[in-house]
Amino acid sequence: MSEHPKFHLPVMLPVRPVATSTACLVATLSSRWGLLAILSGLALCLGLEQAWAQQDMAAFSIWEAIVKWTPLIFWGTGQGLGGFVLNIWVSVLAMTIGTCLGLMLGIGQVSPHRVLRWPSWAVTQLFRNSPWLVLLFYFMMLLPYEIRILGFSVPFSGWFKATVALSLPVMANISEIVRGAILSIPTGQWESAESLALTRRQTMWRIILPQCVKRMIPPWMNWYCILVMSTPLISILGVQDAMTLTQDALAAEGRMELLIPFYLWLMLWFFAYTYPIARWTRRLESRFAVKL
Amino acid sequence: MATIADFFHWLAAKRGYNFSIFYDRFDGTQFLYGIWTTIHLSFFCVLLSVLFGAIGVWLQRSSFEPLRWLVGAYVGFFRNTPPLVQLYFFYFAVDPVLSSALGVKGGLLSNYGWALLVLSLYAGAFNTEIFRSGIEAVPKSTCEAAEALGYTPLQIFRHVTFPLAFRVSFPAMTSNLVNLIKTTTTAYAISVAETLYVANRIWSDQFNVFEMMNVVWVVYLVLVGLFLAFMTRWEKALRVPGFGRSK
Repeated sequence: MSEHPKFHLPVMLPVRPVATSTACLVATLSSRWGLLAILSGLALCLGLEQAWAQQDMAAFSIWEAIVKWTPLIFWGTGQGLGGFVLNIWVSVLAMTIGTCLGLMLGIGQVSPHRVLRWPSWAVTQLFRNSPWLVLLFYFMMLLPYEIRILGFSVPFSGWFKATVALSLPVMANISEIVRGAILSIPTGQWESAESLALTRRQTMWRIILPQCVKRMIPPWMNWYCILVMSTPLISILGVQDAMTLTQDALAAEGRMELLIPFYLWLMLWFFAYTYPIARWTRRLESRFAVKL
Repeated sequence: MATIADFFHWLAAKRGYNFSIFYDRFDGTQFLYGIWTTIHLSFFCVLLSVLFGAIGVWLQRSSFEPLRWLVGAYVGFFRNTPPLVQLYFFYFAVDPVLSSALGVKGGLLSNYGWALLVLSLYAGAFNTEIFRSGIEAVPKSTCEAAEALGYTPLQIFRHVTFPLAFRVSFPAMTSNLVNLIKTTTTAYAISVAETLYVANRIWSDQFNVFEMMNVVWVVYLVLVGLFLAFMTRWEKALRVPGFGRSK
């Protein structure tokens, strides 16, 4: 699915590689308008504050509430990891695990041995086609709270289990990216490596994969953005991430006029974090685009 | 039916695998309703998101600049913020504020309605981009050739641009829609009684987390698999000789 579409008919222009990873695309030229939308929504709420304040004289201003709760939502409660920092940490860790496993799986998918190729394909399809939330539930519910290795008990905290769960769909999608990239390398590269008496392993690691890296980076970054967008799902399972803490803050304040600004404020953080990555991805994609 | 129920009764009693949905009528019906909710939620979301994508791309190509900004803001907003936060934002923030401002009692839309709307808008933003790249892939010269043959702009769109653009967009659209179906599980968060939510209710009653979790997983794999099979067949049926993937 994720190889570059190629077209025979000269009548058609090559498709712009908008969907390199096909699943979805975060990078968009028009994203600055999204930022504008969030900011103007926020500004509108702050402007409406005047009207609210007249209705309820005891009310703090919306700004004060945001300033008051922002450290909590950003850093968490101070006991262990939490808040937006946890979202980022989970995404980085899940991406690292997912990339390592996905690389193995992707290489397995193009293996000449059926015993390796078939299971790799099956695992990839299994995790690519299951919903993230179902996987999260699955691993949160079924992984133990701690494991015992040689008498030591290693605790599995909620966020770590969530990281493991989130790394699996990433793994499957990275596997597809790796497979697509390996298949997109011209056969001549394999043949010339063979004529130089390189083994298959040498060919893979020294000839093929280095050439794949360039093709894999934009979709890989794209998947990182998608992963970051999925991290709030861990709040459903009770991990103290930015989403949970925002809701806690809103519950503690119990004021209706805060609802819209607080959610917009949270969205703005995610936007501010992923938007530069998305723009960068877009730039790399157009730079690495295969010119036909 | 009785033998199936008996078998799962036996499995629960003797082996400890409690698949209550297969022998308990209440759980079974509840779970079927959950699956049914997932199916129609996904179905309407898919239709609406394609519609939003089409409208988005249509407005994006209009000559009126503010409209293009509007579409840009829509796409940027829905693509760069987490879908779960969008869902909470609309259901827990926009709905009460708007309904109190408008004086509507009991909210504007139900949780199902908001899930349908927000998820469709979310996938619609991606569809807008996918359709745009599809339309951009149709070369100008083809349209000019149609123009030279006396086609009106509407006819060009109907007979030249749309059929080609649709085929170009098809693979990307399919994976976006698969993603959408997977994302309908997020509606769990605003307690829409879809498969995952119902399963949660069942395992809270029966303490059969392990069994239900596996059943839910299989249900989603089957649903996504059926959808993918349908879309792959459709893509094959649409194939124009000499145009498409080289394989």
